[in-house]
Amino acid sequence: MAQATSQPVLETQSLSLRRRAYAIVDGLRRAPLIPTIGLAIIIICALFAPWIAPFEPTKNDIINNFVPPAWHEGGSWKNALGTDKLGRDMLSRIIHGTRVSLSLSIAVILLGGTAGTFFGLASGFMGGKTDAVVQRGVEAILALPLILVALVFMSAFGTSFTNVIFILSPFVAARFARMVRGEALAIKELDYVALARVVGSPTHRIVAKHILPNVFNTVIVLSTLEVGHLILVESSLSFLGVGIPPPRPAWGLMVADGRDFIQSHYWLTLFPGLAILVSVMCLNLFGDWLRDTLDPRRRQL
Amino acid sequence: MLGYIAGRILQGIINILFITVLVFLLARASGDPVEAFVPDEASAATVELIKERMGLNDPLHVQYWIFFKGLLVGDLGDSKILKEPVTKLLVERLPATFSLAATAMFIAMVMALPLGVLSAVYRDTWIDRVAKIVAFLGQSSPQFWIGIMLMILFAVLLGWLPVAGRSGPSSYILPGFVMGWFVIAGLVRLTRSSMLDVLDSDYITMARGKGLPERTVIWKHALRNAMIPVLTYSGLILGGFMNGSVVVEAVFAWPGIGRLALDAVQGRDFPVVQGVVIMVGAFFVVINLLVDITYAIVNPRIKYSSN
Repeated sequence: MAQATSQPVLETQSLSLRRRAYAIVDGLRRAPLIPTIGLAIIIICALFAPWIAPFEPTKNDIINNFVPPAWHEGGSWKNALGTDKLGRDMLSRIIHGTRVSLSLSIAVILLGGTAGTFFGLASGFMGGKTDAVVQRGVEAILALPLILVALVFMSAFGTSFTNVIFILSPFVAARFARMVRGEALAIKELDYVALARVVGSPTHRIVAKHILPNVFNTVIVLSTLEVGHLILVESSLSFLGVGIPPPRPAWGLMVADGRDFIQSHYWLTLFPGLAILVSVMCLNLFGDWLRDTLDPRRRQL
Repeated sequence: MLGYIAGRILQGIINILFITVLVFLLARASGDPVEAFVPDEASAATVELIKERMGLNDPLHVQYWIFFKGLLVGDLGDSKILKEPVTKLLVERLPATFSLAATAMFIAMVMALPLGVLSAVYRDTWIDRVAKIVAFLGQSSPQFWIGIMLMILFAVLLGWLPVAGRSGPSSYILPGFVMGWFVIAGLVRLTRSSMLDVLDSDYITMARGKGLPERTVIWKHALRNAMIPVLTYSGLILGGFMNGSVVVEAVFAWPGIGRLALDAVQGRDFPVVQGVVIMVGAFFVVINLLVDITYAIVNPRIKYSSN
């Protein structure tokens, strides 16, 4: 009996994931135009890089090195943004760079975000010793100087795409855990969760059915904002030579490569940097909008 | 209150231990330390003897304990390349990084405070919008790239400022700005929201009621209280500057600890890298701790809301 009467309440209080997805699609119609278009371009570039890019990003053509961008004398639309010191096409490298940055960030979010959400839920919902241990761990990770730790890690294990994912994930996990824990603590106190408990739902069911769908918004918003942040961190590491190793077309690496030639061949540094700036801007603007739309309470996040 | 402070100190100790264990394990993972001392033609027996002497055959926790005891007396080992104690190298390089961080903090404050205050006072006007754009740009720009671009503009093309290195006061401007630029976002936002809170309070209404000029009310009465969270936050920023110093010092060839760490990584000089990380990490933790304690004293409500 109790089960039967409480069911509708639970239904309306915790929206199903499907209805939430509809709400997001509906909301997209009101999304800010420029960042949404920018984001779409970034995603398309990342997905279809080999088809969009006019050249192979790592193909050397040493005879045609340092070709200037199309609008300069000596430039041509064949290499719209010019070529670098090895004659590699800049535009193609930037397009493929989208793929590198985005796939790395998404991998980190999937790995760190999932772990962080799990720990955050456990910490917030179970409280007590679990909470204490997780919180100590989260704070210890957040107190680490990220770039320096990455330096040590990379010098110990060498640079590689997977190692970058590996070193960045714990930091993302810690941020997620802190945020999700806060949400879980608040939701735990709500009536419908108490009700679910009263009707005898097991803990794992309460977490999966009632808490998780409600922290979903926070996780989505945080993921979007975190991708921008990760692109910045990854490009800084690559710039320092402790991120993604060459010859992969990572934006930070391209800026570092172009630096020696900045006076004579500015396009080697300018365009990859602009790519980072514009991508992060689009992601941040979109993330801000998403946060305001999905969760008006947390405008200060 | 005391319980809260004790808790924070405990967390600080955990954090420092965590950093040392992490760095210790990474150091072990980075390769066999004996290789650095022993010539290639040395026999297996000699290598074994050296290992025994260096304590490398001891269990890991014993090795860690020896390493940790060294840390307590400030012994971070010797640089493999420069053949000098790491502690000495750090002490030599610290002034450059600290003075740069101080410059960055000054530049960030000078830009962020007026912007934050004005955007709170003239809410939803063009000033507020400009502040938002500045904050947004600071948050979205890759520091190393902004550094290179500004260097090209002001040092190479216009020739107003030195290109790189640490020389006169003018050499601080570019790296200081680049380091400060990316924290301006947080500072502007915090100043703005803190000012908005304060401007709502009774004593401001009272000050206005007394007929004080608006300028005095805002810049003297309101700002003074609005500064509390901003100042505590700036403690955290200082820790962030130590971490960010690697990037800025790499761009501007600044002879600080960030540059030291990066050069050490490139030269595979592990003791130096680990020394920098432990020192910066400990500094970070201590600053965090001081900020938390100051904040708890200034604003006693924090101990409830933190849990």
